[in-house]
Order: sequence, then C-alpha cells, then structure tokens
Amino acid sequence: MIAFMIRRLFQALIVIFIISVIGFAIKQSVGDPVRELTGISVSEEERDEFREKLGLNDPWYVQYGRFFGDAIQGDLGTSFFYKRPATEVILEKAPATLELVLVSSLIILFFSVPLGVFSAIKPDSLFSRALMGSSIVGVSIPVFLTAIMMVYLFSIKLGWLPSFGRGELVMLGGWGTGLLTVDGWLHILMPSIALSSIMLPLFIRLIRSEMMEVLESEYIKYAWAKGLSHRRVWFVHAFKNTLLPVITVGGVQLGVTIAFTILTETVFQWQGLGFMFMEAVERSDAPLLVAYLMFVGIVMVGVNTIVDLIYGLVNPTIRIAGVK
Amino acid sequence: MNRLDKFRESFLWYSFKRDKVAIASLIVLMVLVLAAIFAPLIAPYNPYDPEMIDIMNSEIPPAWEEEGVAEFLLGTDSQGRDMLSTMIYGMRISIIIGLGAVALQAILGVLIGLFAGYHGGRLDAFFMRAADVQLSFSYLMVAIFMSAILQAVVGVAKFGEIAIPFLVLVIGLSQWPQYARTVRASVLAERKKEYVEAARVAGFTSSRIILDQIFPNTLSPILVLSTIQVANAVMSEAALSFLGLGMPIDRPSLGSLINSGFELIFSGAWWITALPGLLLVILVLSINMLGDFLRDVFNPKLYKG
Amino acid sequence: MTSLLEVKDLVIKFALRSGEVTATNGVSFTLEKGERLGLVGESGAGKSVTGFSIINLISKPGYIASGEVNFLGEDLARVSDERIRSIRGNRISMIFQDPMMTLNPVLTIGTQMTETLHQHNPKMSKEEARNIALDKLRKVHIPSPEKRLDQYPHEFSGGMRQRIIIAIALLTGPELIIADEPTTALDVTIQAEIMDLLMELCKTDDMGLILITHDLAVVAQVTQNIAVMYAGSVVEKGPTAQVVADPQHPYTQGLIAALPQSSGHGERLNQIPGMMPTLKNIPPGCSFNPRCPHVMDVCRQQSPGLRPGKNGNLAACHLYPDELDNSSAV
Repeated sequence: MIAFMIRRLFQALIVIFIISVIGFAIKQSVGDPVRELTGISVSEEERDEFREKLGLNDPWYVQYGRFFGDAIQGDLGTSFFYKRPATEVILEKAPATLELVLVSSLIILFFSVPLGVFSAIKPDSLFSRALMGSSIVGVSIPVFLTAIMMVYLFSIKLGWLPSFGRGELVMLGGWGTGLLTVDGWLHILMPSIALSSIMLPLFIRLIRSEMMEVLESEYIKYAWAKGLSHRRVWFVHAFKNTLLPVITVGGVQLGVTIAFTILTETVFQWQGLGFMFMEAVERSDAPLLVAYLMFVGIVMVGVNTIVDLIYGLVNPTIRIAGVK
Repeated sequence: MNRLDKFRESFLWYSFKRDKVAIASLIVLMVLVLAAIFAPLIAPYNPYDPEMIDIMNSEIPPAWEEEGVAEFLLGTDSQGRDMLSTMIYGMRISIIIGLGAVALQAILGVLIGLFAGYHGGRLDAFFMRAADVQLSFSYLMVAIFMSAILQAVVGVAKFGEIAIPFLVLVIGLSQWPQYARTVRASVLAERKKEYVEAARVAGFTSSRIILDQIFPNTLSPILVLSTIQVANAVMSEAALSFLGLGMPIDRPSLGSLINSGFELIFSGAWWITALPGLLLVILVLSINMLGDFLRDVFNPKLYKG
Repeated sequence: MTSLLEVKDLVIKFALRSGEVTATNGVSFTLEKGERLGLVGESGAGKSVTGFSIINLISKPGYIASGEVNFLGEDLARVSDERIRSIRGNRISMIFQDPMMTLNPVLTIGTQMTETLHQHNPKMSKEEARNIALDKLRKVHIPSPEKRLDQYPHEFSGGMRQRIIIAIALLTGPELIIADEPTTALDVTIQAEIMDLLMELCKTDDMGLILITHDLAVVAQVTQNIAVMYAGSVVEKGPTAQVVADPQHPYTQGLIAALPQSSGHGERLNQIPGMMPTLKNIPPGCSFNPRCPHVMDVCRQQSPGLRPGKNGNLAACHLYPDELDNSSAV
C-alpha cells in the first residue's frame, strides 16, 4: 500500500512539474508585460530600463527558477487587467466555481447511483429502457446547448428562474456563498443542472454496465447458490464491486467537468473561474491565464491522486497486497 | 464465399436488419454526410461569398414564421447569411474536423497500441505511462488552452486561416491514448493465443504477425471506439467554436453559429441558435446510436434471449 | 422410503438468438441419503448444467423444459422462488470449479461465511455464527482460523480457498453437496488432498455427494455409483467399481481404454475417434453412433433407452436388447 502511495505521489509531482514548464512557456510567449504594465506613453529607454528591472533579460532558466520559486510561495504574477496579484483574483472567483461543481456533483451522485443500479437489475423494464434511450439523447446534447435551452425556457419564456449571475451572496470569511439564500439557490439551479446534464447520463450508463457485468460473474452466481436474498446479492456483493471502477472514472471526469464549467459559466455569466478565464483570453491577460492553468492543473492532479489513493484504500486487493 | 456473401451471412448484418433504430440512425447519418459532401450543389446560397450577403437581410425568421420569406427557408443570421446554407456548410466543417481528428488519433493510437502491446518492455511502459498522464487531463481543457494561446500569439485573423488543421491536430493528438489502450488490451489478449505462437515459430517477423494476424482481431473494438470518438470530436469542436476558440465567424461551424445567435435569443431571434443546435444534436445522436448498436453487436456477453 | 434426490426425465433447453437447443435430453438418476454419485462426461456433455438445474440455477438463456427434480419428495423445479432460496446453501450446497472466481474479492472470508448462516437462521447471534464458521474452518484443516476470518480471498492459496468453499458448504449441515469440477483448477498435488477431505466429510456427516467431473480417476476413488453422460443423455449407470472394471456402453469402454493406465508402457494411448457432437449437431438415433465401433443399422434410427447390460449396469445401447426397443423410444 505504501509503495503504491509513494509511486502515485511521485507521478503527481512530475506532472505538476510539467505543467509548470508549460505555464512558464506560455508566460514567455504571450503578451508583453512591459507594455501592459507601463502603458503607451512611456519612452523607449524607460521601457528598456523597466524590462531590465523586471529581470526579463535574464537567461530562461534563471527566469524559470524565479517563476517556480514564486509559484511555490503562491505568487503567480500580476494580472494585466485587474492590476492585482493573479492568485488573489483566482481565490476570489474560486468559490463560485467550486459551489457550482459541488451542487452539480451532488445531483449526479444522487441520481446516477439509484438509476444506474435499478436499470442494471431490471434491464428490460419499461423504465430502464426509457432511461437508456433518453440518456443517449442526453449525451448527444452539448453542455452549452442544454444551458441555452434552459435559459430560453425557464428565463425567457416562463420567467421562473434568473438567467445570469449568482444572485444574493453571504460572505463567510473570504468565501462568498450563494447557498445560504433562496435567491442564491434560484441562481445556481440551472447552471448546476446544465453542468450535470452530460455527466449524469454517462454515469448512469457506466454504473449500469459495470453492475451488469458484475452480475454475470462467478461469485455472484455462487452467492445465489448460497441462497442469499436479492437485497444481499445486489447491494452487498454486486454493489461494492461496481463502485470500484466507477470511482476511477469519477476522478477523470472531474477534469472534464472543469472544462465544462468554462462553457456553463459563459452562458450564465457565472462569475467563476471559467468566466474569468474567457475574459482573460479576450484581454490577452497572460499572467491570469498562466495562473489559471497552474491552479486547474494542480487541482486536477490533486483530485486524481486523491481518487487513486481512495481507490487503493477501498480495494482490498491493493490495500493489503500493495500491488496492482 | 466471396466477401459480400460473408457479410450478408454475418451476425452484424443479421442484427442490423432487425434493429429499426440502427437502420434509422444510419439513414439519417448518411443523409447528413451526403448533404455535407454535396454542399455546393445542395445549398441554395454560398455563405462564404461576400457578394451574396446583404446586411439588410439580417435576422429574418424562418419561412414559416410571420415575417419569414420563402427565399430564406430557415431564416438568416446576424450578418444576413441564409441559415440553411450556412448550416449545411457548417455541418460540413464539423464533420471534416470530426473525421480528421479521429483518423489522426486512430492511426497514432493504433500503431502505438499494436507495437507497444506486442513488444512490451520499456517501450510499452513508457507509452502507457504517457497515456495515463494524458488521459488524466481533460482533453477539452487542453484544447481550450492551446486554442487560447495560439489565438493570443498569432492573432485572430491568422488563427481563422489555420483553424481547421489546428483543430484536427489538437483534438486528434489529445485522444490517441484511448485507441492505444484499447488496441493494446486486445493485443495482449491475442498475443497469448496459439496462432501467434505458431506464426512466431514458423519464422514470421513480428511486424507481419502484428499486422496480418493480430490487427484484424482488434478491429471490432476499434470500430466501436471510433463512433464514440467521432461524436466526441464533433462535440468538442462545437464547444471550442462556441467559445470563440474554434472556427471563426466568417467560416462558421455549427458551434460558431450557436454562439453568434446566443445573445440574440433575448431579443427573440431564436432560430440562429436553435436550428444549428438541432442539427448538431441530430448529427451527434445518430452517430451515438450507431455506436451503441455496434457495441451491443460486438459484445458477446449480453444475451437478449 | 423416499430417496434423497430423484431426477426424472430432466430436459434442459437453451433459448439462443439463433433458435432453441436441447442441453439434456431426459436425464434420470437417483441418490440415496449419504450416497456419493459421480456424474462423468466431457465438456459440453451436459453434466454441469444438470448439476445447476438441481437448485434451479441454470444461467440464462437456459431453462428447465420438462422433468422433475425431487428432493426428499419435493419437486424443486416447480417450487416458489422463496422456497428454492431457502434450500440453496442450506440443505443443498454447491461447490464451484474455480475458487478464485467463486469468492467475492472485496468481502472478507468471515463475511462470506457468516452471511450464509444469517440468511438461513436470521435469529442467530453474530457470535454463534462466528463460532460455527471457526469450527468448520478447523474441520477443513485451515490453520489459525480466527485470524483467517478477517482476511480477503486473495490472501489465500488456491488449495486453501477451495477448503474454505468446502467449509462454507458445510456451514448449515446440508444433506446434499453438489461439487462441480472441484479440483480442476487446482494443482495435481492438492487435488488428492481436497478429494480425500471431501470424501471424509461426506462419510462422517452422512451427506450425499454429486461429484461432477471429467476426471475418471477421481471418480473411481471417491464415488460409490457413477452415471456417464454423453451429448446430453445418460449412457451408462451403475456401481463405480463395476462400471470402471467392466463398462457396458461403447463410449464408457472408450473412456476407460483411453486412460493412460490402460495402455502398456511405451504404447500409444487409445483414443475414441471423432468428437462429441455440439448441441446443434446431434445425430439421429443413438448420439454416439458415428464414433461407435459396434454400430448397427438400428443405432442410426432409434435412440436406445437405458436397459440392463450384461453385468447389471444400465447402458443406453442396442447391444443389449430390450422389449421397449420396437416402440418409439426417446
């Protein structure tokens, strides 16, 4: 088990290193920090002086070292647009995205497990077949289209739900949460449903197919031969084995969810990291782009590593023997 | 028995004939693909020809609405282009990028999977590690980033020119691990079988063995995977274009059209977003349905008794 | 006196996509209390599926088309789901072929043992269940059973896992054990141990045993009676010693002759020419006729039922004439 953990952590560190190199490369090639920070009306000499002062004439490895050193301390540069440290901007906008992902994940968890399990146990029932049919359709509709359709239906035509923004927020320390007000919930409802709209059918189908495969295995047949009740066979013997691969897939899907937040936040003008990213793209705000990359990269590596570790803990064949 | 007869007797054809959904999906898909191929012949207008576009024609609703006109069957967009034509050309671009990207990933992934799986050892370990790392990254994220960077570096105009090959490259390169993994799993399973041992003993080179003997057995998982991947590639390109990081507005794909129409739905011009959206969904849906059908056919474990 | 188990004219079919096939074509045999019966045949002969059919556990798309499975007078093929569930793992236990695949990898041995007890005795306390489990583990010679209860299947060797499966089979004191190829997946050295253990336990607890296998040597050691199956039918039945020493049916004769022991040192092994037909290609008349060295015309037209051979074994062969032969027999 320990060997497994160490190996995973090492892998994570390598990936983070690679990300930082990419981030650095981006920083060097996009935009001109001097121009952004000093404006147009500064003379050539002053600009060169400034360049020297910023250390932009140093060899690349020195600059990288500085970049990496700063990054470890949490300094990811200064946003051209906001004229504030990029880290600060990110931390300010992170809660919005995190809450969105949280609510969306809850929706997925809450619905996919029972629906997936049910359609595996009774695959030929009308409900299961309708579910499978609609889930193919769900998977074929891109996230942003779902979002737009929801806005059109619930905001424009019916006027029930607000179409943009987060609504009324309550500040808990530095974290502005929308989950403590009704208004906040009204605002988060559509975006989170839209965000989960592609993942939900995916997970339902995944759980269903995993469980169906498990139900065909020898040990399940043996469980039946022992005369165990349906409940015991389905929910104890089959379920745990089904969950294992689903955990792994869940981890990977989180990365995809982050990409989808960009799409969703754009449609709903949700002031989170995704929205911030698109704005930074439009404004060529390189430091902010780099900061976003680093942040997202670390979060994804972190989550993937944690998911793998959890998997190692939950799966007895790894936990005890330590070898996969 | 020649090949055609063999196919007719095959389980694939037998199942296909009886699956109405699969037949319908294939028909729909073929209609769309043919429309895309023959776009210049079918589309009433050429949406790329500035002479044919009049800004005064912008935002006309589809023909069946009150203010619609017969010349523009599905209405016009914000620039005055005929929706029907632009949609057909846009779908064409989406399909080209989808197929191109998948061709790239498939060739790359299959080759890597075949050789890494067969030879094993360090080569295999290296590629599988790389695949693991790459798979843990959301490829959409990577595509978004690379697009953003490229656009920032070369500017919007230049980006528009190289958009198609760029998108094919980005989406293609990011997904080879899926193919590599699938093929490699097949190879590992086949490698142990006796016919491979026999061929090796008979003195065939490893390349011959791989290509002639093992590869044909990996075709069915590759086929199933390809349908999923084409659907994904089309959706990814749509997402990128929607964000403005894909096809530019003067050569729009379905995603770009949806984007251009987005703000306008608030003022009532729903068709600019809805119609391309519908077409996109139909396209992806038919591919997915076929993929599902293929998956069921090639999976021996599921009895429908 | 009712027999422990009486299988009568069991017909099992499979509803495949391409049509229906018959897996067993009227199988019959009886088992008395404490009797050890061997069900022998090649892969595909229908013996495993017969074994599973006793507790109605045939994998879809198979099903029991007709016949009876009378366990102490009760027809298990026709009882309710609840009733059959109360019998499975309780009064009739099964042992599967590959112990690695049979045990659930994510549950401890202890859980997989006590759950059987709790299922059939809901009022039993955890402690009592645990004690019974420990007792059975000792009976199958698993060292330090207390520690073992909390371990997972992958922490045991193949031989030990099969012992655990046997222990599980004993938990509720069943009257019948069905063992489907219990030693095929094990090393040769362990096979003998496991079979000895099984035989001992059956003798001490007076349990009936149906041993399903293709291994004649094992059957000769362990069982009292034997039923030989070929292409879905029983072709010979009788006391083991007698069937092995003086087989009546040409197929059984071929099987015995094919044993390495039957050939002299340095001689070629005897083979039965041809192969057993697949379910879809069973020839008309006697299913063995294409390969039989004693084939006669009648063999190709009429399928012989079981009738006494020269020494009292029942054999389905026209070599031993029977009054029923001229009527339309199955």
